[in-house]
Amino acid sequence: MSAIGKTLGSVVTLPLIWLARAVDYPLRWWQRKTGQGGMAAAFLAPNLAIFGVFVLFPLALNFVYSTTAGTNVLLSDRTFVGADQYARLLACEDYTRAITCREDLFWRAAGNTFFFVILQVTMMVVVSTITALILNRNIAGRGFFRAVFFFPVLLSPVVVGLIWRWILQRQGLLNLIMVNLGLDPEVWLNDRTYAFAATIGVSVWAHMGFYTLILLAGLQAIPRDLYEAAEMDGTPPGRVFWRITLPLLGPNLAVVLVLSLIKGVQIFDEVYVLTGGGPGTSTLYLTQYIYEVGFASILRNPGLAAAASILMGLVLVVLTLVQLWLSRRSEGKGRRDA
Amino acid sequence: MKLNTLMATVALAALGTAATAQDTTELRMMWYSDGIEGEVMQDLLDRFEEENPDIDVVLDNVAYQVIQEQLPIQLASGQGPDIARVTNLKEQAQHWLDLSDYVEDAAYWEENFGNRFDWMREDGSDAIPGFLTQLTMVGGYANKTLFEQAGVEMPGDDATWDDWVNAADEVRQSQGTAAAFAVDRSGHRISGPNASFGANYIAEDGTPAPVDDGTMAFVEKLVNWTKEGKQLPEVWVSAAGTTYRSGADDFINAQIPFLYSGSWQVANLSTKIGDAFDWVAIGSPCGTAGCSGLAGGAALVGIKYTEHPEEVARVMDFLASEEIVREFSERTLFLPAHAGIVEAGGLNFQSDDPNVPPALDRFVQASGETLPLADQLPAWKWANAYYGALVTRASQAMADEITLEEARMLMDQDIADAVENASQ
Amino acid sequence: MSHVSQFLFRRRGHSNRWHWTDVVTWLWLIGGTILMFGPALWLVSSSFKGPAELAEFPPTLLPYQQITIAVDGYDDPLPLYTVQTEDGGTRRLAEIRRIGTNAQMVDPDAPDERIDVNIADRTPVREIGLATENYIEPLLANDFLRFLWNSVFVTTMATIITLLTNSMAAFALSKYQFRGRDAVMLIIVATLMVPLSVILVPLYSVVNATGLLNSLWGVILPTVATPTGVFLLRQYMLTIPDELLEAARMDHASEWQIYWRIVLPLAAPALAVLAIFSVVWRWNDFLWPLIVLSQRETYTLQVGLNTYAGELNVQWHYILAMTVVTMIPVVLVFVFLQRFITTGIAGAGIK
Repeated sequence: MSAIGKTLGSVVTLPLIWLARAVDYPLRWWQRKTGQGGMAAAFLAPNLAIFGVFVLFPLALNFVYSTTAGTNVLLSDRTFVGADQYARLLACEDYTRAITCREDLFWRAAGNTFFFVILQVTMMVVVSTITALILNRNIAGRGFFRAVFFFPVLLSPVVVGLIWRWILQRQGLLNLIMVNLGLDPEVWLNDRTYAFAATIGVSVWAHMGFYTLILLAGLQAIPRDLYEAAEMDGTPPGRVFWRITLPLLGPNLAVVLVLSLIKGVQIFDEVYVLTGGGPGTSTLYLTQYIYEVGFASILRNPGLAAAASILMGLVLVVLTLVQLWLSRRSEGKGRRDA
Repeated sequence: MKLNTLMATVALAALGTAATAQDTTELRMMWYSDGIEGEVMQDLLDRFEEENPDIDVVLDNVAYQVIQEQLPIQLASGQGPDIARVTNLKEQAQHWLDLSDYVEDAAYWEENFGNRFDWMREDGSDAIPGFLTQLTMVGGYANKTLFEQAGVEMPGDDATWDDWVNAADEVRQSQGTAAAFAVDRSGHRISGPNASFGANYIAEDGTPAPVDDGTMAFVEKLVNWTKEGKQLPEVWVSAAGTTYRSGADDFINAQIPFLYSGSWQVANLSTKIGDAFDWVAIGSPCGTAGCSGLAGGAALVGIKYTEHPEEVARVMDFLASEEIVREFSERTLFLPAHAGIVEAGGLNFQSDDPNVPPALDRFVQASGETLPLADQLPAWKWANAYYGALVTRASQAMADEITLEEARMLMDQDIADAVENASQ
Repeated sequence: MSHVSQFLFRRRGHSNRWHWTDVVTWLWLIGGTILMFGPALWLVSSSFKGPAELAEFPPTLLPYQQITIAVDGYDDPLPLYTVQTEDGGTRRLAEIRRIGTNAQMVDPDAPDERIDVNIADRTPVREIGLATENYIEPLLANDFLRFLWNSVFVTTMATIITLLTNSMAAFALSKYQFRGRDAVMLIIVATLMVPLSVILVPLYSVVNATGLLNSLWGVILPTVATPTGVFLLRQYMLTIPDELLEAARMDHASEWQIYWRIVLPLAAPALAVLAIFSVVWRWNDFLWPLIVLSQRETYTLQVGLNTYAGELNVQWHYILAMTVVTMIPVVLVFVFLQRFITTGIAGAGIK
């Protein structure tokens, strides 16, 4: 660190240190009064206060919104309709055919999201596992390549969408390559299959670096002597992978699985910029549906959007519980291993 | 607790600045731009401030998304800027400031802007809400050079939609362009053509009528043209919902010989095409009932919740004055909505491009060719509900997700839902 | 599948011969590098193209500009073309004007003679050239420095508050036993699943009611209590041995001192990771600032530079250029901290 860096650092940190000292006195008093339990509350308070006002309270409000109708934004101007919005969302003659549903677009979005998540998570796990295994090999420039795959994680979703739109549109890079290879150019985003595949590919492109690192950490934590022992026994590499690597990588794989599942359900900005939900509605995903119904159109229906988001939230809560259960299990396992 | 102190400090600081800046009134104008109009407006405001040192107008240039999504919520909670450039004129009419008591000469406003006040005030009101910064007219453009190169004669003034699409398709085959034509992805854009095929949206009591055969006639044509590859597919197909897309970029790049968009493209086409080819505005092709386009526009309105209505009116008086409207239109290549200027004519549009003056003239002419439905739509409360349903469902039909009959049924349902929700 | 696993476990070094898995490895790495950087480079290249060139099909890899040439007898330089002559040869001519499908051209060396050419027989002569006005015009027209300052302010404040409040909460959740701990944890993790775009209307109402509209704090506060941060820090703090804390308590250290003097320094790797993520997230925030900020002096870069998206026209040449501008700090973070980030996340992020 240069001298300038040090000075700059102290400019930022000095006030913080003073602040920390100042905070100590009232907290000591609080600690004497309430003991350790009170201290836990004190440490939690700032975060929970902000969290409560800007996350929990809006969430609760969202629930109230879901029981109202109208285009008004202020809750006081809205009409209470009970469970009507939910009934409207769930009304379907035949759940396998979106067109028979009262809110056909919601069901199209739900179906698209379902297939998107399954395929995207599978691809994410496979691609990041392969990449992690390759990066775990003893190769030159490992640090560099690790960073390479991480680069897109730093980009904003809007930029990611824009970048890929500029590649896949008619005047895009991909068509330039096609023309140079003597192939016919294609309007990629006009084709249902290509567009759908593009949304999957782009989200894998944007996030795989993060998951690769998680898996890489897992791979590096596997004790080397296990492999050496296997090699001495002459175990074939395939068996080593299935018997040693995969089981020990399990907890990390679980994290990757659940995190990418949650992120997958929430997919929005990239796709909104890239395909806008088209062609037709084949890349219309739930978050975009909710955003458009509740916020973006002039004849907005915040009540319906809120109800849809709560239904989506219910599915996600189930996923959360799965995640908690998995991390519990892996925590327990980790303790046993240690 | 912390938050309160923080806010108290902020409030104190705000009071402090207010006290020192007592002699000037600050007004906020929320503005979006499609081209250079933001710069022109800033220029005009600078001039205004020079003449009126007691008023400081801050121009907040925003993305159109802000006008569309955020401003309505601000307005609903009784907030917002003092002046705004908006496009949803009718739906939000209850939030506009009635300038009648504040402007210097209400008669001037009535005389020059009065015929469009109904677009931006509640039914039955006689308020003066603001004025159109630009009048837009929907219409087509043709790439004259491409037609000449293909040796295809451009259809004449009474040509039908089929004539134009077929002619453009001949050009496509001869010149190898990506498609024959494109219509902007917008319900507003196809409503003129719908009217030309005898559509009616408005029931007798002013509520939306069911989608009729006239509407479906043109929608069906458009869907089929898209499936046949005559219409550039990405404009309508590669988006869901009511997202707006234009084929202008492909027209600019000579990838389509015929574009159906509107008068606001003139400046855009002129700057981006340059001398690459000759283009002409052609008005609207004909259907069975007429050759209608559709008028529209963006308006500058005062916001009811302003604390300085007198000052707002002074700014509006300045910007609505004949001289300023003339200058604004000449510099931005927008059609003026000022009756006096339109009558006097002789606008000296600031462009060296020989394609520009005839194009603007053609649009002025086209505004006289609209059918009754098209004239009613801008002042009709439910127009956007109709437009939204048309776009969403027609593009699903183009993508082969639903049939035309299903599309028709879903359009009716969407419109009914919107009306029901809005009246709750 | 067994082939796959086989190559995955071959390690180079057994012999000097290149095993086919080495080939696959390097193909994957080199292909990956192209795939990861190529798209961003294409965006940068596109951002230097003029508006007409952006709409061109097929596109060019690099930005080009037409060569113009000064010809005697003409005030302005004329654009240069390669023209196909009737005898099958080519010559370079400058265009005076185009009328319909006919171009009036002139040989720069013999400016007196006018030549009529069909426009289908000429192609523009171009050279690589950057449309730097895409960058310069918006930067000059906007209060760029103001936007930059606001962005820096938002990013810094949000990161500091995030680190502070999240680490305090994580400390409480990892080092204290108290009733309701699991419930708090569950709520925090559950909200990990709520994307912002879904609760826009209620969140807007809250921010409106607290008077934070058009204030930078309205952008900062809703984002700082990130569940991700609490979760990440808690997982890391769980690995700090309780004995250290007990020893400090024996020495009569207050709980705050334990947090500040012992736990925070030990959690530095996780804090660093969270700091980097927080900086990148807050810098890239777009939708929420766009909704909260509508007055020019409060714009962040992402909001201020997005004013080129109009109702009827999007000025892509400006949008692309400004996107690149906002990417610059992210790329700098990447270049200078890449080793640190990747090892940090691998080491600290998920235990």
